[in-house]
Amino acid sequence: MISGVSIYEILTVSTIIFFIGVYGFVTRKNLIAMLMSIELILNSAALNFVIINKYLFPEQLGGAIFSIFIIAVAAAETALALAIIINLYRLIMSLKTDDTETMKF
Amino acid sequence: MNLSNMLLMRNELVLILVILILIIADIFVADKNKKAVNYIAVGLFAVHTLIGFIPLKEGALFGGMFVTNSLVWGFKNILNVGVLLIILLAVSWLNKNSLRNRKIGEFYILIFSSLLGMFYLISSRNFLMLYLSLELSTLPVTALAAYDIFNRKSSEAGIKLILSAALSSGIFLFGMSLLYATGGSLYFDALTGNIGHSYLSIAGLVMFFAGLAFKISLVPFHFWTADVYEGAPTPVSNYLSVISKSSAVFILMITLFVTLNELKDIWIPMLYGISILTMFIGNFFALRQQNLKRFLAFSSVAQAGFIMMGMLAADHLAASSVIYFLAIYIFSNIGAFGVVQAVSLASGKENISDYNGLYRTNPKISLILMISLFSLAGIPPIAGFFGKFFLYTAAAGKGYYLLVFIAVVNVTISLYYYLLVVRAAFLRRSENPIPYFKSDIFTKIGLIIVVIALFFLGLYSPFYDYIDSVTHILNI
Repeated sequence: MISGVSIYEILTVSTIIFFIGVYGFVTRKNLIAMLMSIELILNSAALNFVIINKYLFPEQLGGAIFSIFIIAVAAAETALALAIIINLYRLIMSLKTDDTETMKF
Repeated sequence: MNLSNMLLMRNELVLILVILILIIADIFVADKNKKAVNYIAVGLFAVHTLIGFIPLKEGALFGGMFVTNSLVWGFKNILNVGVLLIILLAVSWLNKNSLRNRKIGEFYILIFSSLLGMFYLISSRNFLMLYLSLELSTLPVTALAAYDIFNRKSSEAGIKLILSAALSSGIFLFGMSLLYATGGSLYFDALTGNIGHSYLSIAGLVMFFAGLAFKISLVPFHFWTADVYEGAPTPVSNYLSVISKSSAVFILMITLFVTLNELKDIWIPMLYGISILTMFIGNFFALRQQNLKRFLAFSSVAQAGFIMMGMLAADHLAASSVIYFLAIYIFSNIGAFGVVQAVSLASGKENISDYNGLYRTNPKISLILMISLFSLAGIPPIAGFFGKFFLYTAAAGKGYYLLVFIAVVNVTISLYYYLLVVRAAFLRRSENPIPYFKSDIFTKIGLIIVVIALFFLGLYSPFYDYIDSVTHILNI
């Protein structure tokens, strides 16, 4: 527990971070910026797990451990995405989503 | 904990062993003999598939995170056979190109690691396990989608797949955290009956569902499907469309039917709407495609809509009909993708109009194409009909007559576009048809197994009876 801070305030923060991430993912035109937005979404979920564990179920460890796994997997995901982005950059010399797209319906 | 309990993970342990042997083999085989890795991989995986058929004890490991029972065991066998067929069909594609040749080992290692993730995914009974195995099954496939590193389309498919997969897993995680808040546990067993009926749990359910719907490519979340299937190498599209989709359907079914059963009055109308949307949008977009891989992508979106229709009934019959349909769908889609791949390897052509006159030059492969497409459409003597029939029965059994009617309308639409391809191959003539080509022995074996399975699975009723008997484990 953090004294003076209720669970509602922290959950509001994590929800705001989540929606900033979703908004950024939808509106950004740069692949790296999209990756950063995804990072925000994942971190908001990790924050959520820690807070819920700490405030609602302090006798457990599940949520805290979950957040560590989220951080680790997010790193792996970012590494793979960056590898693919670098390969794409070598081919088209651009990171803009508009230049990337050749296949459309 | 007794070490012999670990044998409950026999499928996974054998697969890990196969992957390790392949890594070592990949190091020691010289670059000019790399084709030998194909034979090692296919041989080892065939042995793994055979070992998989040995019956397995029931039980749980890691405090109930990992469960194995006859339902899971049976479904793992279906996945094994599917992957075996996919790698049989992939051999000629891998041998074709000298650039790919150096990376043959990578292809098999990645595809097997992804399958390992699928195994843990369908065995998982805990949110942490579910998340980790979902990532383990997705990340190798995204690497595979970008496998042709000098091909622009392949890289584009890779980046689209990884970005949408990462977004979906983020939403999925947020939903899980909300369900954790309401239920107070990460274990499915402890959550069952404890989730309650609050706005928080409903938001959790919707986000959780959205995350899995990305993997199944249900309609509001289907945008990546066509681009990725078109751009990725054909064996990878094949893998994504059958193995990845069916294991996600399996775990979605278990979570919805058992763990989230309390929120039934929320997810049933949700599935109802999504099923109708998915069928219509999948079918109408498939109508206007020229590229066969895009065409099969939208047809697989439409098939997902039919699966959701079967799941609506949310009872024992629904579970067995969905699993039966998935088993048949795996074979029919592998057959269709296999033919597309063989033709595009021989001639480099992927458009429907290029198939004009295929029957005159390559009669056998066009027959296989016809059988697989008829199975996808659901024409009687072939297994696909029985799969669809049981889905209708499940939905009609609960009184969703309107939905069944809409599904029948959709089958008619889908029959039209499947027949367009068959007409191109059989009835149309062409000035320069695709010349006669011979496939290698692996492709032949794979396609023959598919054709036998498509006739056999529909008519051999003990197969359905078996699935029906094992779904009792779900306790719905």
